[in-house]
Amino acid sequence: MPSILAVKSLSKTYDTGFQALKNVNLEIEKGEVFALLGPNGAGKTTLISIICGIVNMTSGSVTVAGHDILGDFRAARSMIGLVPQELTTDAFETVWATVSFSRGLFGKPKNPALIEKILKDLSLWEKKDSKIMTLSGGMKRRVLIAKALAHEPQILFLDEPTAGVDVELRREMWRVVERLKDTGVTIILTTHYIEEAEEMADRVGVISKGEIILVEEKSELMRKLGRKQLTLQLAEPLDTLPTGLNGHHLELAGDGRELVYTYDTQGERTGITALLQDLGEAGIRFRDLSTSQSSLEEIFVSLVRDNR
Amino acid sequence: MNFHAVAAIYRFEMARTGRTLLQSIVSPVISTSLYFIVFGAAIGSRITEIDGVSYGAFIVPGLIMLSLLTQSLSNASFGIYFPRFTGTIYELLSAPVSYLEIVVSYVGAAATKSLIVGAIILATAGFFVPLRIEHPVFMLLFLILTAITFSLFGFIIGIWADSFEKLQLVPLLIITPLTFLGGSFYSIHMLPPFWQKVTLLNPVVYLVSGFRWSFYGQADVNVGVSLFMTFLFLAICLAIVGWIFKTGYRLKS
Repeated sequence: MPSILAVKSLSKTYDTGFQALKNVNLEIEKGEVFALLGPNGAGKTTLISIICGIVNMTSGSVTVAGHDILGDFRAARSMIGLVPQELTTDAFETVWATVSFSRGLFGKPKNPALIEKILKDLSLWEKKDSKIMTLSGGMKRRVLIAKALAHEPQILFLDEPTAGVDVELRREMWRVVERLKDTGVTIILTTHYIEEAEEMADRVGVISKGEIILVEEKSELMRKLGRKQLTLQLAEPLDTLPTGLNGHHLELAGDGRELVYTYDTQGERTGITALLQDLGEAGIRFRDLSTSQSSLEEIFVSLVRDNR
Repeated sequence: MNFHAVAAIYRFEMARTGRTLLQSIVSPVISTSLYFIVFGAAIGSRITEIDGVSYGAFIVPGLIMLSLLTQSLSNASFGIYFPRFTGTIYELLSAPVSYLEIVVSYVGAAATKSLIVGAIILATAGFFVPLRIEHPVFMLLFLILTAITFSLFGFIIGIWADSFEKLQLVPLLIITPLTFLGGSFYSIHMLPPFWQKVTLLNPVVYLVSGFRWSFYGQADVNVGVSLFMTFLFLAICLAIVGWIFKTGYRLKS
């Protein structure tokens, strides 16, 4: 997959001395949905703001489809649509006027048919002549998405698209993202809902204290998520594993009092029955057993904590 | 050049005027009419002619300038401050528009509005006093240059201000006194010699004087000097705007 966005050695220190980004490197592939996860204040919005031209970078470089965002800002920016985190709208404008304005601002000639389609797709068509201030929060969010899509961007940034949005609307947002992905738009979203990343993303990046600490395929993360550990409390401690059990990839833990077996819940066979059978044949008895599962949330929390 | 963007911003700003018609157009016309009634008709009839021009007619250029300055300032400063205040500036900053295009569209719209107001006041003045315009081309030149310069100045204020209070501060504390003391209502030759010198530090003197010359062929200061000063203010404002965009001052952190 060719990368459509390349961030290289990007750093940002605000005038206050706060270092919001530290040497960030990131490549986004064309057509993917990338979720940037991170706690509040991790640098998600700063990263997006620099790419979109709202904040100046301190050092580094960003290219969009090969166009430098500073040297070739017109080409770079016209490919990008941004849906900001805050519901910042022109309260007195109508939905139609504000979406048409966005298209013009990004240098595109009028295209009422396209705007009509965008508004219909986002269930805003009935409200096209309403002033924005009369709309509900969820509708304002959709207006912002419509504005960002009005110039047919190749890359769409969604900064916390479902923050403060009710469950139903959140699911609707997910469907919107799905449809956009189908049209070939690359989507980068920030969130602190793990569920959201799981639902939508192809790849997940974790940012903490201005550093990208993990970028991985979601399927890879899901594999980790899908792994379970079976822990057997042994009646008698073992010094070494009996040779008859080598085939099970067991680990000895807790001074030989525990046997840990890692297995894949998504596999066809977990191998638990065979393991227990072999244990019985080897004469190993156990007092108790427990299973545990590491969730994406746990992975995320431990990553972020380690980074503190 | 992103013409679609310039057109979009210009239209957006002009539409804003349409929504606030009362505030943008009607209120300056009413206040100017009141000036004519009070100074032109009521008091003016008792004041002798100045340089062969009746007092009512004498104040017309000054009053137009007064409105032009305040309108340009308030239109342009509000136009750029409001998106900063609400946060919608994000879209402007993320759009493929150059700084030149941003300035052309915002300042162009603000200047257009104040020129419309100026024209309406000129027409209103025609109801009260007989008008004579000796140098129409220069009159237009002064009008347009002043509208652009003070719209630029307003744009600068709109970017500098970080509260609505500051937005009002400069027009109220600096521009209003300068315009009232800039010879809108009197010829600076009527001042004591010392104050005649001091008043030359007031930029508005040059604008009003040059503008009045284009009406009646008489000026407090040489029209060439007026024209030079007008261009100088324009250049200063352009330089400041250039610096603002180069540094991202108050726009980008």
